[in-house]
Parts: sequence; structure tokens; C-alpha cells
Amino acid sequence: MKKVLKYVLYDILRNRFVIAYTLLLLLISLAFFGFEVNPGKGVISLLNINLIVVPLVSIIFASTHFYNSYEFLELLASQPLSRKTIFFSQYLGVSISLLMAFLIGVGLPVLVYEGTITGFRLVLTGSILTLIFVSLAFLSAVITRDKAKGMGLALAIWFYFSVVYDGLVLSIFLNFSDYPMEKATVLFSLLNPIDLARILVLIKMDVSALMGITGAVFQSFFGSASGLAVSLTALIVWFISPVLVAFSKFNKKDL
Amino acid sequence: MINLKNILLLIITFSLLQFYALNVNARIIKVQKQSELLEALRNAKAGDKIWVYEGQYQVNNLLINKPIELIGKNLPIFDGLYKGEILTIKSDNVVVSGIQFQHVGVTSVIDWAAIKVIESRNVLIEKNKIIDCYFGIYLSASNNCTVDNNEVHGSPSNEQNTGNGIHFWKCDSLFVKNNFVEGQRDGLYFEFVTNTTVERNVSIRNIRYGLHFMFSHKNSYAYNTFDSNGAGVAVMYTKFVKMHHNIFKNNWGSAAYGILLKDITDSEIEYNIFDNNTMGALLEGCNRINIVQNEFKHNGVAMRIQANCEENTIVNNNFINNTFDIATNGNVVSNTLDSNYWDKYEGYDLDKNGIGDINYRPVSLFSTLIERMPQAMMLLRSFTATLLDKIEKVIPSFTPENLKDDRPLMLPFKIITSDYDPL
Repeated sequence: MKKVLKYVLYDILRNRFVIAYTLLLLLISLAFFGFEVNPGKGVISLLNINLIVVPLVSIIFASTHFYNSYEFLELLASQPLSRKTIFFSQYLGVSISLLMAFLIGVGLPVLVYEGTITGFRLVLTGSILTLIFVSLAFLSAVITRDKAKGMGLALAIWFYFSVVYDGLVLSIFLNFSDYPMEKATVLFSLLNPIDLARILVLIKMDVSALMGITGAVFQSFFGSASGLAVSLTALIVWFISPVLVAFSKFNKKDL
Repeated sequence: MINLKNILLLIITFSLLQFYALNVNARIIKVQKQSELLEALRNAKAGDKIWVYEGQYQVNNLLINKPIELIGKNLPIFDGLYKGEILTIKSDNVVVSGIQFQHVGVTSVIDWAAIKVIESRNVLIEKNKIIDCYFGIYLSASNNCTVDNNEVHGSPSNEQNTGNGIHFWKCDSLFVKNNFVEGQRDGLYFEFVTNTTVERNVSIRNIRYGLHFMFSHKNSYAYNTFDSNGAGVAVMYTKFVKMHHNIFKNNWGSAAYGILLKDITDSEIEYNIFDNNTMGALLEGCNRINIVQNEFKHNGVAMRIQANCEENTIVNNNFINNTFDIATNGNVVSNTLDSNYWDKYEGYDLDKNGIGDINYRPVSLFSTLIERMPQAMMLLRSFTATLLDKIEKVIPSFTPENLKDDRPLMLPFKIITSDYDPL
């Protein structure tokens, strides 16, 4: 597995996309921290990168990579290697490279400029989001054989989690505004990793706003240690379950 | 027949004698024991000085009813043993200085206080330390008094069983300065107090308000710090207030405000700092207030202006790093917003005159949305919320049309801040 993983990583590094991504993130982070007098505001701007760019790049890159190395997969499958080795070396190769890119591109500048608990949460949630969207990409790529369809599905997943879901939640709030929805908000936020990641960072950052009546439930749930444990568990479930489903599909799949 | 001249002479001689007697007979009575203290207070004549030396004095309901000076040497301790009040002053020209008062009991009938001043003038209360008392310093119907450099430390239980740190009722022309109040119900409390100067006080960790005043016209509050109070600062029903160079910070909670202004009119709020509050300032029923050169930073909502406020001017303030800059509950706004610095401003300044060329709308659609659906707080800073705000900025339909700053500044003001920050 180590050997295969090495080839996968080598392959990813050779096409230079990940290096470009790293540099892009690094430049953006440095620019945000450099332009803003207040590092707190830099974190807010980076949060947007975290919630939109990181999932998008992760899911698109992982899908593209999976389809592009399909022939390589077939070659590997013809060797005496288990499907598990093949699948997870691909998965780990992509995740590790994207994770490194994120840690260097965002993690380092945050560490330098805003080494607070907020900064730490930003990096942590960004890393988990990377993993989640790589998992989702693998799932969608395993399900669909056709590349165009698969890429479309990947984009649709990203679009759903970053835009559509919030719109749905908003319309639910509007339609059910006569009912007590405080507890439901917690459930709604657990069902979308991007929302969850955002809230985990915001709870440390906008704590004074969330302390109002409006944020009381939020504050008591996400601010508490058990709430933090639940939300981190939810995030981990969000990245492990798709990859496990993808693997079981891949295991039975007729390449 | 007694002629007028003689009468005059007699009066002058008499008054001179009085004067003479007052000054020459002004003794210094030194006190080292409890019994001596009681005796000294009983026998002291107008103008006497009582020096109380270091030690424990278990006293209740002491009364000063003549103009004397009660001066502590090396902080003697007056202990009320939770039985009642400690010191009551019912005379003009009294000085109480350098004494530690402790353990005043709690009653619901009378406001027991460590030092109570009733219907007196020119009383000076300075350098005292008050620990674990129901009310700390209590002035009632007294004028021209000074409360300077005192420390009040309370041990709060709940709002009912905790009194105010420094409490003024129906007073005029006071000086309240350099005091430190902690752990009481309201740190500084003013009701029907006029023409008073309140300067350089620190009021922290009180369970209700750091500063609370009602019907207290023409007072000025400067260089005070109000920090981490249960519900911040609340001021009500008052005209002609001047508040400048104060710091309001760290007031968190669903009903906590940096400052709550209710029915305040014709007042000035300048050079203050509102830092890290759930709500920086709440204006309700306020008219003709000038809010100039204040700094609002790291607040949940920097300023909330209810629709019943009119003709307030909000000029040259800095709004930095607040989650929401301005919130309101109506569509008609008759207040002036001009030349403020908003860190969320995204406009440009082509002619480089330091003023943004397009206006800024500080009320975001999302904050309006939260007014109606508090749960929507879940979407704070999400892509969807940002998108909604952007759309609203281009075509305003939900947020108040005329609440805008036509000349937003490109750079923040350098605000002259209080030089005194104990924390």
C-alpha cells in the first residue's frame, strides 16, 4: 500500500495543481492578514475561503483525479493487490496532498498572525472540510462511471451544501416561524458540514452576538464541551461514512 | 435706648467670638478603643478632628450630627457585624476619611448603608474602603458633597439581597470621582440627582448595572470604566447629560447592553469606547442626542436605534469589527448618520478626499431577518446570508431606505481614549 500511495502522491505532485493550490491559498491568506489591520477580520475573510473555496477545490480535484487515474486503477486491479489497497491509496493520496496544501496555505499564516483558539478552529474545520469533500467526491465518482456526469454530481453536491441547503433552511424557518425552532436549528446545522464548520468557528468569534436571546440555544449547545464533542463527532462521521460507502461500492464494482 | 451702632458692634463681636471659638477650640481627639470612639463622638464640638487609630471597632448606628472630621489613621476597621448601619451623617461640613467599613446587614425595609448622609451639605467622604456591606455610600437629599477615592467591594448573592455601591437620591452639585465599585447590585446609582460631576470611577462585575441613573439632569460622566456588569449600564428619563471618554465593555447576555439609553434627550455622548458587548448601545425614545467620535468595536450589535428615536445625530464614530453595525425595528428613521467610519464599507474613494463616494447602509438584510426569525442566526456569515445582504445593498427593499451614511469615511478616526484603564 505504501508503494502505491507513493506513486499516487508522485503523480499528484507531477501535475502541479496541488502546488498551485497551495500557493494560491498562501497568497490569499497572506493578503488577508496583510491588508487588514485587525487579524480578527483576516480570520473572517479566510472563513469564507474555508467554506467555499476549500470544499469546491477538494471535491473537483478529487473527482478529476479519480477519473483521470481510472486507467491506472484498472492496471492496479490487474495486479495482485486488494481493492482495499487500491482504493485507500488513491483516497489517502488525494487527501494527504490537499490537506498539506491547506495546512501550508492557510494553517501557517493563521499560526503566524492569529494563533488563537479561533485560528486553531479555523484550521481544524478547514482540514476536516477538505477530508469530507474528498470523501464525497470519491463517493460520487464511484457511483457514476461517466466523467461528465460524475463531475456534474460533484458540483451539485458542493452547490447543495454551500448554497441550496441554507436556502432550504431559511425557507423552513420562514414557513414554520410560528413554531419553536430553536432546537431544530441545532439539528439543521449538524446536517450540513459547511454550516457546522462555520458555526464552530463563529462560536469563538462572534460570541457577543450569539449571546443575545437569538443565540442562547446556540451558545448553550455549541459553546459547551459536550456540544463541541457532538459537533466534532458529526464532522468525523461526515467524512468517514461517505468514504466507507464509496469503498463498499468500489469493492463490488465491475471496473 | 440701644442704638443701631451698638447692636451692629455686638453682632460683629459675637460672630467673631464664635469664629474664634470654632477654630481655637478645634481639638484633635485621638481614639484607640471602641469606648473612646463613642465618647469622642458624643463629646466632640463643631470643628473637632477625631483621629481613629488602627484597630477593630464594633459599631452600629453611629451618628455624626455636628461638623467634625472623622479621620482614620492606618485604616481602622468599623465592623457592623451585620446588625445595622455603621455611620449616619446628619450635619453639614463633615469629613469622613480613611476608614474601612465592613459587614452591614441586609434588610428589605431600610436601605442600610456603611456611610449614610442625610440632608447635609459640604460633606467629604474620601479614601474609605467598604467591604461586604448592603449599601456602600448612600447620600440622600444632600448637596455640594464630594465622594472621592473610595473602594466598595461587595459579595453579591442576588438582586434583592444586594444593595448599590454608591447610591444618591435627590442630591445636587456633587463630585463623585476616583471611586472603585465591585460586586454590588448597581455600581453607581443616581436618582433625582442634578448638576453632578462623575469622573474617573471604575464600576465592575456588579450584578445589575455598572451605572444607573434616572431623572438626573445636567450631570456629566467622564473617564469612567464600566466593565463586566450583569446588564451593563442603563440610564433613563434624563435630559442634558454629558457622557464622554467612558469605557463600556464586556457586557454579555441577552439583556446586557454597553449602555441602554431610555428616554434620554438633549444629551451628548462623545469619545466613548464600546467594546465587546452583546449590544453596544440601545437607544429607545431618545431625542436630540449627539453621538460623536465614539468607538464601537467587537460588539454583537454596535447600536440599536428603535424607531421611536428622533433627531439624533450619529457623526464621526468608528464602527469596527461588529457583527452587526446598526439594528432597528422600523422603517422610518429620522436620525442623522453622517461621516462615520464603517469597517464593512466596500465603496471607493475616487477623488481621494477620504470620504467614500457611494453611501453605506449599516442595516443589513440579515439583521432585519434575525429580528423576525431569531433562529436564522444559524446562517450568520454564511454564503447565503452574504448573498442576501449583497442583493439588498443593490436594491434596498426590506431595510430602512433612508438609514444610510452618505459620507462614510475611508479611514477610522483616531479616538482620544480614557487614559485610565485598570484592567
